[in-house]
Amino acid sequence: MTVSSEPKSLNFSHSFSRRQSFLCNLLLVSLSCAAVALTSGCGKKSKDLPAISSAPTASEQTMTPPTATITADPLAIDLGQTVVLNWRTTNATAVTIDGIGQVPVNGTQTVSPSNSTIFRLTAKGDGGSVEANVRVTVRVAVTPAAGETQMGPSSSKVTDAEFQSGVKDMFFDYDSFELRADAQALAAQSAAFLVQHPDIRILIGGYADERGSAEYNLALGENRANAAKNGLVQAGVAPARIRVISYGKEKQFCTESTEACWQENRRAQFTIDR
Amino acid sequence: MDRTAYHPTPSRTLLRFALPLFVLALGCAPLRAQDIFGEANKTPGALTRVAVADFKLAAGQTEQLRSTFNSTLFNDLQSAAIFDMVSKSIAPPVSPGSPAEMNLAQWSPAPVSAAMVVFGSLGVTAGKVGVNGYLFDVKNPQFPQVLSRQYSEDATEDSTRQIAHRFADEIISRLGGGVSGIAETKIYFVHAAGGTKEIWEMDYDGANQHAITHLGQISLSPRVAPDNTRLAFTSLGPDGFKIKMYSLLLGRVVTFPSSGSTISPAWAPNGKEIAYSASGNGDFDIWISDVNGSLARKVTNFKGPDMSPVYNPRTGGQIAWISGRTGLPQLYIMESDGSSVQRLTDTGYVSAPSWSPNGQFLAFGWNRKYGPGAPGGQDIYVMEISTKKWIQLTHDGGQCDFPSWSPDGRHIVYANSPDGRVAHMRIWTMLADGTDRHPLTGPGNDMPNWSWK
Repeated sequence: MTVSSEPKSLNFSHSFSRRQSFLCNLLLVSLSCAAVALTSGCGKKSKDLPAISSAPTASEQTMTPPTATITADPLAIDLGQTVVLNWRTTNATAVTIDGIGQVPVNGTQTVSPSNSTIFRLTAKGDGGSVEANVRVTVRVAVTPAAGETQMGPSSSKVTDAEFQSGVKDMFFDYDSFELRADAQALAAQSAAFLVQHPDIRILIGGYADERGSAEYNLALGENRANAAKNGLVQAGVAPARIRVISYGKEKQFCTESTEACWQENRRAQFTIDR
Repeated sequence: MDRTAYHPTPSRTLLRFALPLFVLALGCAPLRAQDIFGEANKTPGALTRVAVADFKLAAGQTEQLRSTFNSTLFNDLQSAAIFDMVSKSIAPPVSPGSPAEMNLAQWSPAPVSAAMVVFGSLGVTAGKVGVNGYLFDVKNPQFPQVLSRQYSEDATEDSTRQIAHRFADEIISRLGGGVSGIAETKIYFVHAAGGTKEIWEMDYDGANQHAITHLGQISLSPRVAPDNTRLAFTSLGPDGFKIKMYSLLLGRVVTFPSSGSTISPAWAPNGKEIAYSASGNGDFDIWISDVNGSLARKVTNFKGPDMSPVYNPRTGGQIAWISGRTGLPQLYIMESDGSSVQRLTDTGYVSAPSWSPNGQFLAFGWNRKYGPGAPGGQDIYVMEISTKKWIQLTHDGGQCDFPSWSPDGRHIVYANSPDGRVAHMRIWTMLADGTDRHPLTGPGNDMPNWSWK
């Protein structure tokens, strides 16, 4: 193996040759190897795996697998407000909710999460176990822009809850800022709400999951917010009403390293721009 | 070769890139560690063998300061990586405080076999710590003195460490073939606590970690000016992330106006320009302005995000940066006027380039098998720009990112998280061949940037 002509201008006057044989063994450097990686390395657009709910364990006996549903009311709160969780299970002997612990097989619970949370219920029975999730969004007050006094009387008539029910967050695929079909449908609904409430101004926050570079994700977040903005504009909302901010991966709603959690974080989130 | 991976790239770029790739595939010559360091064929015995005598206590109750000084000085010389250091355990147990007390015959025979010996004294009088330091050539008993230095500072732990750093840099500069030492350099980094991220500073060896900014915001991507007078970084405000400029002389933020989102600043080596990424028209491109934010001009113009620029620190005439124009972010270089765009990586997910002080190499974070479910980890790599040969410096340590070269080009500082979680990110340092890795900080610290001097 030949070394390329020795760089004479290098400033190093001392060697590390004790390490060189060791390091040479570590080097995976031939670019032909890189070319191999290249042929196989383009799975980036592949669809995200859906959240997995564990299947009932296979068993000889025909045990009825449990079922479970969990709901939250409301689905979105401001920090400090409360949410009522409501769950129903069948054929379950033990039911737990992550972060709460063992709970009755059917029941309700009032919670006041300090961050947006996925409440994950696991119901176990003789026929296996099943999971059900519900996501509660906690809105932490965004630092208000300077023009607090400009808030018109009509925009104050729309509560955050009404806004949240009319304008829903949009979610994105991995490393993508294209509006998915579900997001395009949401854009149409949201635009209808916004057209009915012409005095509301909107702030769109663009978010990314925890993977990848902090700097690249700032751009990705901004592109997502802009894609959401374009979706609203094409559906008839005046662009001057919309402001976008990228939070990149700096404000994680969900902090687990799971695809379900990453999906929660890959989103454009809408708030009233006060 | 799968050319479809380049499909959005114009064909001229493809040819320019594919040709050397083809040649390299034939030659199959990897970049090796010694290519980074040069003069590979020297034996370890050719490293100058240096012994350090513990400094003598001259006056005052200064045992603590003396111990700080001795360990700092030894560590500085050791981590310079250009000396064969005599272990303290085999050095003669003497502390000659002055040339008259130095008996070179003790330092010459095996196993010490020192070529150079460092010694001196330290004392405290009237609240000042005074250090007399000497460097003697053991092989030249007739005229042994190579260096003699006197220092006097306030008698604090920190200033004692700084004296040791200054003396170490003098020795390194005298014996190191013209390359200045780095013991007086600083590392800027992002410190996360309580939901905010502030810019912090520490000495090159991890000592003296302290906050620079107190903005109560999320601040990222610190980049110190070549003359150490200002710090550019990105900070989240009411209008999103924008570049902020902090005067290290005034101790406050100074104005740096910009429109839209502006992120990832980079200093030109002459200190007169800043390259950064701005979203101006809805797409992040590389822009260049003066250090007050004026005269901004766009130098990239291609759909897809462009960010994380870094100047060639030797010439100032080229910029390396990260672009997502063909999909996942890849490493590119261009002339600083935007011409001669060249793509350097062909696959995976690349981040955070740092250009070596001699202009020959780029260090960067690279996940070569990036994708959902892909097993690849993100590691630090170094590429020789002229040949595009690369070397992987970190292995199997979790996620590594944000490499930054030391000004002597012998060290690289970087961020590492064993499980990939941001909260577990620590700052590590290593030699530029990937050896001698060790952490400088605890968790919650990220995005290190090594000062230029």
